[in-house]
Amino acid sequence: MPGNKSMHAAAFHLLLITVGLAAPWLVYPLLVTKLLCFAMFAMAFNLLIGQAGLLSFGHAMFFGGAAYLTGHALKVWALPVEMAIALGVIFAAACGAVVGLLAIRRHGIYFAMITLAVAQMFFYCCVNLPQTGGDDGISGIPRGRLLGLVDLRDDRVLYYLVFTIFVAAFLGVLRIIHSPFGQAMRAIRDNEARAVSLGYKVNRYKLITFTLSAALAGLAGALKVLALQLATLVDVGWAASGDVILMALVGGIGTQLGPLVGAGFMLAMQFVFQGYSQWVPLLQGLVFIAIVLLLPRGIVGAFEQRAGSRRAAPASDEEADPADPGDGAERIEPA
Amino acid sequence: MSPLDVPLPALLGQLTLGLINGAFYALLSLGLAVIFGMLRVVNFAHGAQFTLGAYGSWMLLAHAGVPYWGALLLSPLIVALLGMAAERTLLRRLYGMDELYQILLTFGIALAIEGTLMVAYGSSGLPYDNPIPGGFNLGFMFLPYYRAWVIVVSAVVCLGTWYAIERTRLGMVLRAATQDAELVRSFGINVPRLITLTYGFGVALAALGGVLAAPMDQLKPLMGGGVIITVFAVVVIGGMGSILGSVFTGFALGLVEALAKVYAPSTAGVVIFLIMAIVILFKPSGLFGKA
Repeated sequence: MPGNKSMHAAAFHLLLITVGLAAPWLVYPLLVTKLLCFAMFAMAFNLLIGQAGLLSFGHAMFFGGAAYLTGHALKVWALPVEMAIALGVIFAAACGAVVGLLAIRRHGIYFAMITLAVAQMFFYCCVNLPQTGGDDGISGIPRGRLLGLVDLRDDRVLYYLVFTIFVAAFLGVLRIIHSPFGQAMRAIRDNEARAVSLGYKVNRYKLITFTLSAALAGLAGALKVLALQLATLVDVGWAASGDVILMALVGGIGTQLGPLVGAGFMLAMQFVFQGYSQWVPLLQGLVFIAIVLLLPRGIVGAFEQRAGSRRAAPASDEEADPADPGDGAERIEPA
Repeated sequence: MSPLDVPLPALLGQLTLGLINGAFYALLSLGLAVIFGMLRVVNFAHGAQFTLGAYGSWMLLAHAGVPYWGALLLSPLIVALLGMAAERTLLRRLYGMDELYQILLTFGIALAIEGTLMVAYGSSGLPYDNPIPGGFNLGFMFLPYYRAWVIVVSAVVCLGTWYAIERTRLGMVLRAATQDAELVRSFGINVPRLITLTYGFGVALAALGGVLAAPMDQLKPLMGGGVIITVFAVVVIGGMGSILGSVFTGFALGLVEALAKVYAPSTAGVVIFLIMAIVILFKPSGLFGKA
């Protein structure tokens, strides 16, 4: 009953949009803004690992790099806010293209190590560049006016801007996933040798995906700077790369709503352990171990799996992309 | 700048320091290579296990009165036992799954170890007394006995490991098991136990590095986390295929870093990463890696 299913999905998305629109009137607007920024960051990471199967340990470089540049552009160059954000995104995409070019030359574990090492190099540069403000970072960044008209100093106004961008990014990612490009990407993930033999330019697909993911991470970083008016070394450090991995993993790698759930989990954890921040790394470590061993599909993935098995016949292929269950047509049949 | 502009003592002094850093790179990348060879897992907990080795020697001294020389053996042994327990109870469940889950698990273990140390001891440093104060006067520089000791121990352990793996019967079985575990099992060799022991040995190498590092600087929960990222770059440069290769790459890059400090100080922090980028471009499998 595909019609029924898509109606359920539409109702569910409508509910989400309503919650999103009402959120700043129910909780602190800045808190939900932060949630959306982190969710977007996790979405960027998730796009890369869920679709292309590439595990990046250096995504903080794009998030934090864009945060610094957008912050600097707003505060020192006093650029209009749209241009500052665009600059951050372009910078992140350019970094992504360069790093991607290097990292995709190796597979799997080496890919993870290379991204981690390059991000560490980027971190060193940020520590030493005077423009980043060293340990103090860039603070008191002005938000400016959107298109010269809308004053973004109001937290709720800013929230709606971020919400709009988030929804657009969400739909954009969805579009990419369901496009022929996305299908080719998953074909490469599942069997690279086969994709090569079918004539796909595998490295080009990987590089484009990596660049897209970096750009989206940059957008998240630029919006975060707008919300918190602060860019620091924390944004580029390897711990931030670890955070985004944790968010994607907890939510569910390869799922659509996973990043949102993961970001919510992360913020909730930070909130609950406020004042006991020294406990957070230990707790994160335990969550990592528990999720990998007990719930490798994450929270959303586990729900989808349960819902899927309840609906009718059990999923025929356990490797099927959790993002679109039941739609096995885009996969190349294994030999 | 020509080499002549730098006074020889300063150059030799930096090179000695580079040799010490290289000793740590070699020890750590060797441990990673040993583990990877057998388990096909990159041990992201390696840096945390290095740190645990250092804290282990501190705890042994503070709570049990065990001096440095005892801790040199005991601390790696204890950390290795903990590592083997983790391999048996956690890592083992993931063999055969996508390698990214193994990375994520060992990353989680690293966070848990570092987090525990942070809760127990805070993030400010703990001091550990130098067991052999004093040093050699080499004329051009003063070389503390302890630093010389670190270089010697590291070199001996690295060469010993190479000998054990490449030249002994046990090493032969180990190498055979990496090639074809099924076949080796059919000869009645307990391969899962071999895997556990190999992991334990690699972890012990990391912990030994930690014990060696303890008297050189203050102990901090993230001391290994910083080193291990550089070691990952070293491993990418050398490739994990060869034991001697990773030892050589470790020492060599320590020296290169020292030369960068003398001739181009601004690049000293990033030179290893730059070399990594160049190696990936021209020989993606690493200097000693097999494609």
